[in-house]
Amino acid sequence: MALRATHRDAGQCTVVDLSGKITLGEGSALLRKTVRGLLDEKRTHIVLNLADVDYIDSSGIGELVSAYTTAKGRGGELKLLHLTKKVHDLLQLTKLYTVFDVYTEESAALRSFPSASV
Amino acid sequence: MGTDPKHLEVTLETQVESVNLAEEMCLRVAEAAGFGEDDCYKIGMSVREGVINAFHYGNQERPEKKIHLAVDLTGDKMIIHVLDEGTGFTLANVPDPLAEENLLSTSGRGIFLMRAFMDEFDVVPGRTGGAEIVMAKKLPLQENPGSNGQGNKGATPPQGA
Repeated sequence: MALRATHRDAGQCTVVDLSGKITLGEGSALLRKTVRGLLDEKRTHIVLNLADVDYIDSSGIGELVSAYTTAKGRGGELKLLHLTKKVHDLLQLTKLYTVFDVYTEESAALRSFPSASV
Repeated sequence: MGTDPKHLEVTLETQVESVNLAEEMCLRVAEAAGFGEDDCYKIGMSVREGVINAFHYGNQERPEKKIHLAVDLTGDKMIIHVLDEGTGFTLANVPDPLAEENLLSTSGRGIFLMRAFMDEFDVVPGRTGGAEIVMAKKLPLQENPGSNGQGNKGATPPQGA
């Protein structure tokens, strides 16, 4: 299933709801375009909701890392929410689980941003 | 799956679509061979990563080059070969993606994932001059050999006739 991405504002934060696969090609490109677009709009507190992402390959992992480092580079933060088991296991295997801020509750993810007004 | 060796070979274009095509093809073989959902996921992901490697690093995304995919089912394992038309590489020179300095790299995890997900993995010089990835997964143990993974339904003749 192709990746779909919609986003919604929650105070100073933006939650990006993703569904489908983040893989080489359109999936990775859509994630990149979405995150870059938000950063260009100065929406630098980003939560990626991965509840409906059931598959991710090395290209998708690379795109998550790129989104994370690009947000940091622009003075923002990017956090992950609702990992499926496959994505969770993959991030653990690649040691990225300790790099990303990962949350199981959206409210906790939103509260974690500095001076967040949700 | 019986013990007769089976061989399947296909030549793929150097394009993104080949990644999905190769994964789907190998998934069908794996399912028919009796692999469970988790192993199918690992085999599919490994094939995907092997073809991404050939597409991007081996063939440098050059459309005139081909990707050669072969699948062998022997009596005890599924063997997958992914051959590119690049210049080859040495496995020992591939950076460790788990090293602290590489954790935030945006690439370089494909080989690691194939190694993690398959029972056997190697890269050898290919006949094209490129790299040939050879990886294998042991076939699941059959409760009733020859029953094609469908258990023993209908396979036992009535007793005491």
